[in-house]
Amino acid sequence: MTIQHKMIEARPAPKSTVGPLAWLRANLFSGPVNTVFTLLGLYLLYLLLVPTIEWAFIDADWIGTTRDDCSREGACWVFVKARLGQFIYGLYPRDEIWRVNLTFGVFAVLIAWLMIPRLPFKRWVAAATLLVFPIFAFFLLYGGSFGLPLVQTHRWGGLMLTLVLAVVGMVGALPIGIVLALGRRSQMPIVKSFCVVFIEFWRGVPLITVLFMASVMLPLFMPTGVSVDRLIRAFIGITLFQSAYMAEVIRGGLQAIPRGQEEAAAALGMSYWLRMGLIVLPQALKMMIPGIVNTFISLFKDTTLVMIIGLFDLLGIVQAALSDSRWLGFSLEGYVFAAFMFWIFCFSMSRYSQYLERKLHTGHKR
Amino acid sequence: MSVRPKAPSVGTKPPFWRDRAKRALTFQVLLIAAVVLFLLYIVGNTQDNLAARGITTGFGFLTNTAGFGIVQSLIDYSSQSTYGRTFVVGLLNTLLVSALGILAATLIGFVVGIARLSPNWLIARLASGYIEIFRNIPLLLQIFFWYFAVLRAMPSPRDSLTLGEVAFLNVRGLFLPEPQFLSGFGLIPLALGIAVVASIVLLIWNKRRHEATGKRLPAGWISLGLVVGLPLLVLVITGVPVTWDVPELRGFNFRGGFTVIPEFLALWLALSIYTASFIAEIVRSGIQAIPHGQTEAAQALSLPQNLVLRLVVVPQALRVIIPPLTSQYLNLIKNSSLATAIGYPDLVSVFAGTTLNQTGQAIEVIAMTMAVYLTISLLVSMFMNWFNARVALVER
Repeated sequence: MTIQHKMIEARPAPKSTVGPLAWLRANLFSGPVNTVFTLLGLYLLYLLLVPTIEWAFIDADWIGTTRDDCSREGACWVFVKARLGQFIYGLYPRDEIWRVNLTFGVFAVLIAWLMIPRLPFKRWVAAATLLVFPIFAFFLLYGGSFGLPLVQTHRWGGLMLTLVLAVVGMVGALPIGIVLALGRRSQMPIVKSFCVVFIEFWRGVPLITVLFMASVMLPLFMPTGVSVDRLIRAFIGITLFQSAYMAEVIRGGLQAIPRGQEEAAAALGMSYWLRMGLIVLPQALKMMIPGIVNTFISLFKDTTLVMIIGLFDLLGIVQAALSDSRWLGFSLEGYVFAAFMFWIFCFSMSRYSQYLERKLHTGHKR
Repeated sequence: MSVRPKAPSVGTKPPFWRDRAKRALTFQVLLIAAVVLFLLYIVGNTQDNLAARGITTGFGFLTNTAGFGIVQSLIDYSSQSTYGRTFVVGLLNTLLVSALGILAATLIGFVVGIARLSPNWLIARLASGYIEIFRNIPLLLQIFFWYFAVLRAMPSPRDSLTLGEVAFLNVRGLFLPEPQFLSGFGLIPLALGIAVVASIVLLIWNKRRHEATGKRLPAGWISLGLVVGLPLLVLVITGVPVTWDVPELRGFNFRGGFTVIPEFLALWLALSIYTASFIAEIVRSGIQAIPHGQTEAAQALSLPQNLVLRLVVVPQALRVIIPPLTSQYLNLIKNSSLATAIGYPDLVSVFAGTTLNQTGQAIEVIAMTMAVYLTISLLVSMFMNWFNARVALVER
């Protein structure tokens, strides 16, 4: 009788289960139906990608300043290059562009600080972003004081205006949304029904009608002789609209906090605002961040609608550039550029929100 | 002498501002007062402004002659019609594009959502590529893309793209053959109606019998055969009383047939493709929300794969899918108002656009437009609540 004293060396896995060939067989050709699907998919990809790459890169024209530099066989990126300054800054005076750059540079630093989990002083940075930064940005962008020349809002445009609209809508909607969400959960019947009606009204109508209302009816609501800047009207419309959606996200977050938290705080003798401000909201806000990012993404996409009331955001200014008689016939290039810009912003934000969701849900994962 | 601690004041009322009921009352009275004051302020200003501009309020303008034409109308409409009729035309156009958009978006969304879960790596990647591309680009940009970059760049009528010389696509739109119903065609909808009623009766009877005795017929197939077969049979017996009015190139444009305007096509394509990317994600997460144990348990009962899906996975997944799906439908209806950017004559475009500009009745027009969307939203939410109550899990 023999006794095996040593462990037998593990044998390598069979050739048919490892390596790229096995992967191909398992994932792409695991049966007749799958094989047909794979071949169809490859053909579809070929149909889509080859002409797109040829148009956008191989046959495209990159160098030059006028339309004569374009061969018209592929994309004419010269058009986008010539208009890039306008697409990004609108009609903002060229000498003052550093102000826009500085504003968004500071904003990017603040947001990056908030997004990177390891950095300290989150609360202070958040407070600065929500309270100090808007005032700073207003004085820097609008000017008229501290020796900065005034830049009228009708000169604002392009990507800059898109970002301004989205950020103002967000910063304005957050406090209103919190108040509305708390009101909707209130036990006072009149406060509650007021908040419910307010939220459901703005959620029930399309943003376009809200913008129409802001641009047509708001001047009627003001005392005779007072005129409101067109950009301010858009701000008001967007903020009211967004606050209703924000309120629903916040209500969802509030509902996720167990009731015991508030009861425990009440048992310690805390008043309503202390209970909300110190116990419930800090826990709830953290859980709401993915939802808030998602509403911000849809707000960011919705800012394109302001072109219908005559503001030139990124899409509006691209659309206006397309009707320039010197550059007729380049609509595809313009739209692809605008789509790419929007896509980059929205895609990275949605990835961040997915990452947050994964991070916050570690406890409940099946 | 002992100091007697002051007895707690039993029965004395706390000060006014510590009494919860009174505080709530004050707060609500203040809120009402603020809202009323605000409204009074606005109404006063508005009256001043309207008087200054010489606009009379009221809905009288609805009976005035509109004096402008509308390029697509489901009911009789001419420039002699009233503003009230433009409202109806716009509303019907909104409902038309919304209904067809919901149909297409649901179809694409379900296919892409299921493809996203395919074991085939390539198909799953293609589906997620579709989702990530289309949901991260603003809808208005997609509408512009389809309208200005694709449909407006189509060839002129003379060089139309054609499918078998019956359907034509050019810069003026899509031209399709239109069926002309001859006398005797009325029997076919009748046959269809009879087949549908018979199928419903059959399905109910079959279900009851199945529950009572365990026996059942392949009722699904029988009713499919009825619904398709009976109208076809009648069609053949009556000698196919349909002719097709095929569009023909005469001069510079096509005559005859059925024209789909490019504005409609662009809006419909963009709405369907954009909303489908959201629906696909809803379908995927709905299916993934079903615990794997459910599938395994069904397989352990040796149910075949198609029954596992039909009887176990799909009914449970639908419970998760339907609420967000409805809110996507609502979004689609609201987003159809972007029509105004490319001139598709929807409610916002003809009523809150042209009619408002011509009459200056901003308040009435915006109020009516918003009321329409609010009504649609409320109806859908009511349906949603009813549905939720019906399918909600009955828990302990």
